[in-house]
Amino acid sequence: MLQPQLLEEEKVFKDPVHRYVHVRDRFIWDLINSAEFQRLRRIKQLGTSFFTFHGGEHSRFNHSLGVYELMRRILETFEGRIQLTYEEKLLCLCAGLLHDVGHGPFSHSFEKVFRYHHEDWTRAILLGDTQINTILRRIDEGFPQKLAEVIAKTYDNKLIVSLISSQLDADRMDYLLRDAYYTGVNYGNFEIERILRVMRPQEDGIVFKFSGMHAVEDYIMSRYQMYWQVYFHPVTRSGEVVLRKIFQRAKELFRQGYSFRQEPLMLLPFLQDKVELADYLALDESVILFYMQMWRKEKDEILKDLCARFLDRNLYKYVEFHSKGFQLLPELKELFEQAGIDPAYYLEVDTTSDLPYDFYRAGEEEERIPIMLQMPSGELVELSQKSEIVQAISGKRRFDYKLYFPMDKVMALSGDISQKIRERLGVMENVEASRQDHSPD
Amino acid sequence: MLRRHAKIIRLIEIAGEVSGRKKLQKMVYIGKHLNMDFDERYEFHMYGPYSEELTLRVDELCNMGFLDEQVESKGAIHMYRYTLNPSGRDFLRFQDVQFGRGEQVIRRMNEENSRFLELVSTILYFNHLPYEEMVRKIFTFKSKQRYTEEEIQKGQAFVEELKLLMQGEIDTAPLM
Repeated sequence: MLQPQLLEEEKVFKDPVHRYVHVRDRFIWDLINSAEFQRLRRIKQLGTSFFTFHGGEHSRFNHSLGVYELMRRILETFEGRIQLTYEEKLLCLCAGLLHDVGHGPFSHSFEKVFRYHHEDWTRAILLGDTQINTILRRIDEGFPQKLAEVIAKTYDNKLIVSLISSQLDADRMDYLLRDAYYTGVNYGNFEIERILRVMRPQEDGIVFKFSGMHAVEDYIMSRYQMYWQVYFHPVTRSGEVVLRKIFQRAKELFRQGYSFRQEPLMLLPFLQDKVELADYLALDESVILFYMQMWRKEKDEILKDLCARFLDRNLYKYVEFHSKGFQLLPELKELFEQAGIDPAYYLEVDTTSDLPYDFYRAGEEEERIPIMLQMPSGELVELSQKSEIVQAISGKRRFDYKLYFPMDKVMALSGDISQKIRERLGVMENVEASRQDHSPD
Repeated sequence: MLRRHAKIIRLIEIAGEVSGRKKLQKMVYIGKHLNMDFDERYEFHMYGPYSEELTLRVDELCNMGFLDEQVESKGAIHMYRYTLNPSGRDFLRFQDVQFGRGEQVIRRMNEENSRFLELVSTILYFNHLPYEEMVRKIFTFKSKQRYTEEEIQKGQAFVEELKLLMQGEIDTAPLM
């Protein structure tokens, strides 16, 4: 039977969200020190949100340590309530620590253009020729596979899966608190200590004591507010649009056989669609930013313009789009073409489904397990049945469509075409008055 | 622009009508596995592969006025039917969405019910596992559906049939 391997002295990381992250287990300490985990220091947790909230520059390394710490505290609260073996506890802790290890630089945009999923790379890192795999196999030969299943939510023990992935799990609790802290907003706060105290393990998941319902309500509200105020902020989304267009342009130029002034060696495997694990692990945000600096001196006008926009934060402006306004799009596209502004790169609709909000609902077609409250009688009741606040926002769809375009280019046009484009976009004011607002509101 | 939306509209145009949200979820998932050009991200959601992106995209398409959603209630069960309307058809005219042989695959999938497609998508999700392990996973995660091993084999045969359709090795009867 696997015996705990403890460090002689506990290691602690100072953490602004949880105060301290405690590490006593030798395996966890070694995983943190692995090259693949250290790489997460060079990948931001919030992608382009720093354009809107300048404090939001924290990394996936911070977040992963935070999820591990929450998982460790959850396991402490389970002591005496449920029997977990040392291997099962390690599965929980490692899942917390490594659930995001497959994330790449600016994941959301990069994945969309180069068409892969970071979850597949997480699996490849756990099971492939990596330092992480070597450490995990020291626990047990079959451990990497079990861990990959926990993270992919296909492991048989539903309680363990639910701790890292459910409607109220360690991952979400950490990122809401952490993103709120670093962006400086107040919306994401909820009482984590209270939630941990009322969490109760059951065979196939966790439930919450009814007496802690208000803390759970706060968590649900914080999810709602953080999405609309932070994650889906239009300036952040504009940064994502420009980023996506940069990757799209580089890909198109490569396809055409364009000769880059400096060959993008580290991106070639992605452009050629022949990516090995080592290529993927070599990529981080500093590499992408380096190529942007190079590309802003390229001959290609579109690529250099897009890179300069991203680096200098000269992002696209947006107008709200009504749900029935989409009939205008073909005409706008044609007008942009006539004006010499390539609509493939300078006109983009962004909708909520491009960054789905995982809103709370009571369970739909059995796709997701709702949050259950344990009543004093022992009976389990779904959260929105007891909470009027949660009921008010549960299952409610809210749509948001925006059309992004470079206001400076539109305003620089003259004559009839300028008038037509401005009329259709509904932007008649001059460019100075319409400069992108730097404030997050 | 809105290409991801256009692909879903095109699927529904080809199918004529898709009955059930779950059925649409599984059709897109199976289509992706057969290298059809869909973009939606899927995760295993306790009961099978599920895409939040797709759910939201379909809601958006109804809100934009491109798809019609009809709800039929049978007791506590709600059945959603999706069809393309004239606005959606107009929108599609300006989008170049081609599925090639995938069109036959879409029609063939639409002939099956959502329970069977749920099984097929789960088979594909665990396709990398040895047969016995895959069957064990299906029995564990789909215990409520009470699938039999015979159905699992039928599901595997269906996957092979779809693959042949994608390769153009099965002739289909001309559509009336």
